[in-house]
Amino acid sequence: MAHTLYDKVWQAHIVDEIGEDSLIYIDRHLIHEVTSPQAFAGLKEKQRRVRRPDLTIATMDHSISTRSLAIDACGPQNALQLSTLADNCEQHGIQLFPVGHQKQGIVHVMGPERGLILPGMTVVCGDSHTATHGAFGALAFGIGTSQVEHVLATQTLKQSRAKTMRITVSGTLPTGITAKDIILAIIGKIGHAGATGHVIEYAGDAIRSLSMEERMTICNMSIEAGAKAGMIAPDDTTFEYIKGREYAPKGEDWEAALTYWKTLYSDADAQFDSEVELLAADIAPQVTWGTNPGQVIGVNAPVPGPDNFDDPVEKESAQKALKYMALQAGTRLSDVPVNHVFIGSCTNGRIEDLRAAASVARQGQVAPGVTAIVVPGSGEVKQQAEREGLDRVFTDAGFEWRLPGCSMCLGMNDDILQSGDRCASTSNRNFEGRQGRGARTHLVSPAMAAAAALRGRFADVREFQE
Amino acid sequence: MTQSSPGITTHTGTAAPLDQANVDTDQIIPKQFLTSVSREGFGRHLFHDWRYLDSDEQELNPQFALNQPDYAGASILLARENFGCGSSREHAPWALADYGFNVIIATSFADIFYGNCINNQLLPVALDSNDMDTLFTAVHAHPQTPVTVDLEAQQVSIGDLCFDFSIAPHHKTSLLKGLDAIGQTLELEDRIAQFETTRAAWQ
Repeated sequence: MAHTLYDKVWQAHIVDEIGEDSLIYIDRHLIHEVTSPQAFAGLKEKQRRVRRPDLTIATMDHSISTRSLAIDACGPQNALQLSTLADNCEQHGIQLFPVGHQKQGIVHVMGPERGLILPGMTVVCGDSHTATHGAFGALAFGIGTSQVEHVLATQTLKQSRAKTMRITVSGTLPTGITAKDIILAIIGKIGHAGATGHVIEYAGDAIRSLSMEERMTICNMSIEAGAKAGMIAPDDTTFEYIKGREYAPKGEDWEAALTYWKTLYSDADAQFDSEVELLAADIAPQVTWGTNPGQVIGVNAPVPGPDNFDDPVEKESAQKALKYMALQAGTRLSDVPVNHVFIGSCTNGRIEDLRAAASVARQGQVAPGVTAIVVPGSGEVKQQAEREGLDRVFTDAGFEWRLPGCSMCLGMNDDILQSGDRCASTSNRNFEGRQGRGARTHLVSPAMAAAAALRGRFADVREFQE
Repeated sequence: MTQSSPGITTHTGTAAPLDQANVDTDQIIPKQFLTSVSREGFGRHLFHDWRYLDSDEQELNPQFALNQPDYAGASILLARENFGCGSSREHAPWALADYGFNVIIATSFADIFYGNCINNQLLPVALDSNDMDTLFTAVHAHPQTPVTVDLEAQQVSIGDLCFDFSIAPHHKTSLLKGLDAIGQTLELEDRIAQFETTRAAWQ
């Protein structure tokens, strides 16, 4: 019988069948300061231990400052959360990458960097962007704190099988079009809840041609289409990325692993519950105009209005979004001024993202009245960028160069916008209030964000191609 | 079987209508309140941006449904499509439960949020959009009429109206019995240990 990639990974992790559910073994559990304290408290209350501290890795990312390494830089509440994580990790023997550690970073950036994420693994984290790791052909998904506690105690999770959706992107990507544009175009096509209940497999030659970092950007935003997870079958690009990394298998283990990993693909005649197809050539640089990631258009398209939608729910959502975003139907994005630019996050805080942004930043100066910050996704990204002189490119152009962390993606720290601010952001959510109460977020690629910083309004990055 | 709570069989209470699709977890409980290390006290910050006119939570927004006298004391929340989309923060169901909601009835739910509700004995009920229209109309017309949600029978009723809903059997059992999910899994220790012997060293 033909199997999908998801089927194969799923089957390989079934510990037991319980009714129509399966008990699934978890290979990697990533934890951070925000969604773990109550889980550890639950263990303590019931006098339970962490079953596999060796399969659990912790980092500090959400609640930290990107201006200071001081643990209390964002106030006493954040400091308590961070010190609670440190205490829990020490008590249970879990490796922690704390603030100031050379390898610390956003959980979804530092995990793959360390070689912790391998094809065919099950990976969970109390964070919805855990889908990122599906780029390696892992089954990776976000979980709530009760489930974090469950995994800590049992290294398993009770799960129902998801439906499958294959999204095929065919053809060659036009110049200036990035992974961020692909995933935004996909979400625009299928909608903010279009993949609810599904695990997506991204396929097609346009996906196959992407680097690992670009694949992570794609899978990262699977949740923004409502998907449980997003996966890409591993190939030579994947294996080359992993080889030699700190936690990657070595020697004979590497050969054994590679043999297994090469079996991880959807069989030719595997059936998916639904299929979606896009042509790479049709994708323009994307900008969100509304308050969910599905409300997105090509940079040169006019902002739509309620009349552009037939579905009553979408019509009403559009009306509400335009009001919140202070935009009118028909407006051109090139006429919309921005006063903040954020480059970073688990979606777009990797070295290739910073290189793309720097290639635009080199061409000018941040426009008057615009505050632009660049936040590397990890210590390793920061060090690499500095070796390449990208920090100087940014600071010379008027961008601020920060310390690694989640930063303004969600503003659980001191990087927060004020009401009425309008931000071109490389993050993943443009929800109301996401970056600050009353603040307006437009999701874009790193190069588009840099272009907006230079122009002081949205601009087509293809005008900046060197 | 290990139990963690008494379980839910039926719930009766008045309903508050939040007539909106795509209510995300950032709206349910904004990030500035996620710095707590406990599960308690999130209810006062529920729907913060919509519920309060100021950041210090001193001034209620009279336009917001939950602030209207008709819906004071509601223990059932009505909403539309894709309720709870966005982040995996369990603080969202904690906030809803702490505020006083026992049941959320919506057209559809985001996956992670739905699971988080089950794990917190907060009953998520999905009704089709026609039934939701009827229910919203009934609650708007008579806010004080109690709504009964019968989990065993899988029915929602208000006055003479009655709607059937579906729920996965394992979710239903968890809610009815208030089972301790971790305790149940720990009873399978032998199976887990056996599985671990099959894992490759490099995994």
